[in-house]
Amino acid sequence: MSDRVKIALLLTPALLVLGVLFSGGVLAALLQSLGYFPAIGMTEFSLDAYREVLGSRDFLDSLGLTVYIAGASTAISTVLAVAAALALRRSSGRVSAVVFQLPITIPHLVAAVGVALVVSQTGLGARLAAALGLVGEPSEFPALLYDPYSVGIILTYVWKEVPFIALIVLAALRGVSEELEEVAGTLGANAWQRFWYVTLPLISPGVVAGSLIVFAFTFGAFEIPFLLGQTYPNILPVMAYNEYRDIDLAARPAAMAINVVIAVMTALFAALYLRLSRRLRRG
Amino acid sequence: MASPYKKRRAPVGLALVAALVALPLVPILLWTFAGEWRFPDLLPKEWSLRGIQHLTAPGSRVAEAVFTSLGIAVAVTVAAVAVGLPAGMALGTYRFRLKGLVIFLILLPILVPPLASTMGIHLTFIRLGLADTAFGVFLVHLVPTVPYAAIILTSVFADRTGELEEAARTLGASPLRAFVYVTLPEVAPGIAVAALFSFLVSWSQYILTLLIGGGSVVTLPMLLFSAASGSDPVITSSLAVVFALPAVVVLLIALRYLKPSGDQGLPGLGKVS
Repeated sequence: MSDRVKIALLLTPALLVLGVLFSGGVLAALLQSLGYFPAIGMTEFSLDAYREVLGSRDFLDSLGLTVYIAGASTAISTVLAVAAALALRRSSGRVSAVVFQLPITIPHLVAAVGVALVVSQTGLGARLAAALGLVGEPSEFPALLYDPYSVGIILTYVWKEVPFIALIVLAALRGVSEELEEVAGTLGANAWQRFWYVTLPLISPGVVAGSLIVFAFTFGAFEIPFLLGQTYPNILPVMAYNEYRDIDLAARPAAMAINVVIAVMTALFAALYLRLSRRLRRG
Repeated sequence: MASPYKKRRAPVGLALVAALVALPLVPILLWTFAGEWRFPDLLPKEWSLRGIQHLTAPGSRVAEAVFTSLGIAVAVTVAAVAVGLPAGMALGTYRFRLKGLVIFLILLPILVPPLASTMGIHLTFIRLGLADTAFGVFLVHLVPTVPYAAIILTSVFADRTGELEEAARTLGASPLRAFVYVTLPEVAPGIAVAALFSFLVSWSQYILTLLIGGGSVVTLPMLLFSAASGSDPVITSSLAVVFALPAVVVLLIALRYLKPSGDQGLPGLGKVS
């Protein structure tokens, strides 16, 4: 058997499964977004749904919130991850592995429940504030759930994603010889200069790749904002879902148009990530 | 020269990070066993087993949901590894044209939310009678799991040199024998990682199950989600503990039996749920 046939045969099952269930699904979403929806007698292609959705106030509010949540979660996670990786780079691999991998493996929903129990107005945080005499009543503690700033959502993402980026940074740090930093030190560089001019450039490809994955993920993820988000606006995937659940089937093309927007944007992030990681591997 | 000052700093950093990791888990554990815990008490005044009893109470449907979750996750794991193994073998062993494109296509369902494709395919599933069935849910769970299995196994196969296999072939072993007796044992730990991963991704899945299962397929996250939207932290927390349990077990297994995966980290680790 030639290698080419062998490769094709080996790849077939995976490509078939993903081709039908994933690509087929995205294609169906695309067709329905274009108004091709024979089940309810819509067989004419049109861009009406896109015109209706993209121009609407709801969509723009939702897009803004989505970018804000994904951006804030990614930025905070990245900074904390680099700090955590630097702090833990000298501790044993096994201990830091447990500490970091626990949040990674624990489901998002559990993380959200835990964060809610910490930051709600009767949560652990409010109780501590009360013990310190900062608040008397629960209502005096700031509302951090279902709030316009999406604090609970962002904190949940930060808790989940910091370890993910930190592990990538730790791996990159292991590749950085400490000698380089020591040489810089001997030459008179202070701690900040050593970090900024020596360490950071060496770990930055890993940092960028990790943050890109986190941004793409938080951009398209559904359940945390669905659980902890305010009623309006909510993020794009939740908006798509709400449109989809609308009893009026005519709202379907709009839901699908939002889905297509999400798919296109996250696919762009994926392409960017892949380009970057390939350049990384080539060194 | 590594200064002793830096060495002393590490445990403080570790303790701080560990405390932050533990922070949201602590109230979950406390609430699970809390009886009376009013604001502003820092600790419950009374303890109770109401949360634990709820888990086994016949009316709570928890046992049934755990069973459904486990069944789907195990089936998904077997299928994802069976499909991901040959793909990983091809991508990890061979160089070929369009390889970059194939990797992109396989990775895409991890970064493009499966919610989008699942909403698109829902109608077809309804027509085929797959909606509202566990089998339908199993099928859509393959979308996020097959890519992980394939990518993890790709790096496993890429790390091999293939020399042992060649030696076996030179000594007269058939390709099948060489695969079963040489290749498979060599990649077994990688298969275990891919399997554990697929299991966790399926186990943690909420929205795909909600969409395709349509409320008829009740898995554990369904119960947890409706509890979390309600106002009984004791029930919510005890469900959260059960839901988190496999993650903890998998982590312990991975740390105990699998050698540290070194610089790779685990590729898709971040996106478990």
